[in-house]
Amino acid sequence: MSVALRLAAGGAVLVAAAVILFETERPPMESIQRGYRGLGMQQIYNPRILANVAEENQAIASLPRFPDSGPKAGAVYKNVKVLGDESVGNFTRLMASITTWVAPAQGCAYCHDVNNMADDGLYTKVVARRMIQMVQKVNVDWKSHVAETGVTCFTCHRGAPVPANIWYNNPGPIQAGGMAQTPAGKNHPTGVAGLTSLPFDPFTPFLEHDADIRVVSQAALPGSDRQSIKQTDWTYSLMMNFSQSLGVNCTYCHNTRAFTDWDQSTPQRATAWYGIRMVRDLNTNYLDPLHDVFPEARLGAEGDSAKVNCATCHNGVYKPLFGVSMAKNFPELTTAH
Amino acid sequence: MAEYQNIFTRVQVRGPAHAGPVLPRGSWNRIGTPSYSRLLGLFGDAQIGPIYLGFTGTASLIFGFIAIEIIGLNMWASVDWSPIEFIRQLPWLALEPPPPAYGIQILPPLAQGGWWLLAGFFLTTSILLWWVRMYRRAIALGMGTHTAWAFAAAIWLYLVLGFIRPLLMGCWCEAVPFGIFPHLDWTAAFSIRYGNLFYNPFHMLSIAFLYGAAVLFAMHGGTILAVSRFGGEREVEQITDRGTAAERAALFWRWTMGFNATFESFHRWGWWFAVLCPLVGGIGILLTGTVVDNWYLWGVKHGIAPSYPQVFPHVPDPAASSSLGGQ
Repeated sequence: MSVALRLAAGGAVLVAAAVILFETERPPMESIQRGYRGLGMQQIYNPRILANVAEENQAIASLPRFPDSGPKAGAVYKNVKVLGDESVGNFTRLMASITTWVAPAQGCAYCHDVNNMADDGLYTKVVARRMIQMVQKVNVDWKSHVAETGVTCFTCHRGAPVPANIWYNNPGPIQAGGMAQTPAGKNHPTGVAGLTSLPFDPFTPFLEHDADIRVVSQAALPGSDRQSIKQTDWTYSLMMNFSQSLGVNCTYCHNTRAFTDWDQSTPQRATAWYGIRMVRDLNTNYLDPLHDVFPEARLGAEGDSAKVNCATCHNGVYKPLFGVSMAKNFPELTTAH
Repeated sequence: MAEYQNIFTRVQVRGPAHAGPVLPRGSWNRIGTPSYSRLLGLFGDAQIGPIYLGFTGTASLIFGFIAIEIIGLNMWASVDWSPIEFIRQLPWLALEPPPPAYGIQILPPLAQGGWWLLAGFFLTTSILLWWVRMYRRAIALGMGTHTAWAFAAAIWLYLVLGFIRPLLMGCWCEAVPFGIFPHLDWTAAFSIRYGNLFYNPFHMLSIAFLYGAAVLFAMHGGTILAVSRFGGEREVEQITDRGTAAERAALFWRWTMGFNATFESFHRWGWWFAVLCPLVGGIGILLTGTVVDNWYLWGVKHGIAPSYPQVFPHVPDPAASSSLGGQ
């Protein structure tokens, strides 16, 4: 072979090697059977990635709880609109815990005017109060999804003032417009659905609004079902996002021979069903209304506030923090108010 | 003769270039002075040209160029004319068919899928012209028209996907987008929407012919290369003039599995497997959504989808009982 040919062949081998090394995961994988044998209902885990995920998703220790006695926070402090029935000791314990969970570097001053702790001048305090109500709502009214495990601020925040996984309405990249085709909300690389060309914002229709997720026909023969393939792309994108948000395969919830059939699905599918309704509730009733509280820098391109999806709590794990309940140490967050 | 035990062809013929037989009256001229390429000679025949473009070839290239322009410019517009983003995102970009609201309107607004229809028209015309060209070139050389009909099988699948089925469904929106990843996503979404294409018997047949064609091709390629040391690659002569290579190849398979195709019949096997793959695949696509809406449920109805023991506690559809609203 000529030198040029050898160089070309060598280059091709290098490119192929780079793709294999950097774009794929090396074996061995761990495969866990979930369904009846032969159905391919397997969960595939990369033990090397799982080790990092496990490390990043550890619950942290809770401060010891004080006896529920003594004066109430609402009577001692001014402007206590939530948690006023807590004892001063446990109220302060929760405040200290929230500092650890949400603003460990910034401290109390992230939300409070330290010269007047009752002041609502900082937007962060107004948001934090609403978020406490949101946590209570989740733990009290959405047991269908969070069960007795419940959530705390830490479930999403993990020591950061803004949780790592939030989303905004996404109008997509700027397009030339004019005579060219109008944007379709897809056909660009999207990180929310496994780097596919599927719709890059499946959240707005399904997790903020309540667009119909179900696209698979319910009858063998054609009838009145008018769901389109284009619509299926949106559901597909949402499901890909669920999968990557929980670090699971499709078969965690579905038997993929018949995605739509509840008789062949796992119980987790129902949990997810309630999760979708929970997220819609939180986005429309708790997060959307905060858009005029947040400063502009915290808003999305469309002027909307940050919203939640599965990954906000789950962070790539099938159960947030691998199912360890921190909420059980904070009954003030798990009871009706 | 061990020269043939290689990935690349080691023997390259050089000689006075032959333009081919005299063309019938009314033909265009062949274009280009023949030359030789050592690189191409490694993969095929080292002689390049002359080429016969003719009317249909020229028209096909023009129509094809227009189609690619429409698709490419719309893709480029979708990244706001950024050349870097165009290259970076190219595999993800697409030209989408019209939204469902336009049904099978002849020409929706250009920005609403009109471009897709135009691109489809030009691409289809280009492909059909190329088919005519293949057919007529075969006739001009005094050959049979087998390759043209094999190509027609692929065109059938293409037309079912992009034209015939959308027409029957009453919606261009059912058609495939022009794009590398987007058409693959479409394929998966198509199967999901219509309840799992693996339960579609024509899809099963198509897969069998696809894999079958690959096996046959591997058997054939392997057999011919294995006897090329005896001149087995000169298949045509060996069919009529039996010699060592053909005999050995036939004996090899007869000894291996008791039966052997002949040098002639083997090509019928290959041709039919290859042709039937898109032919039955196209039938499977055509039936989807038009006469069957959910292939899994169809499979259950006709006893081809077995049920398996349920290992999980039964979970009813929460939408059926919950007050939390519809879907």
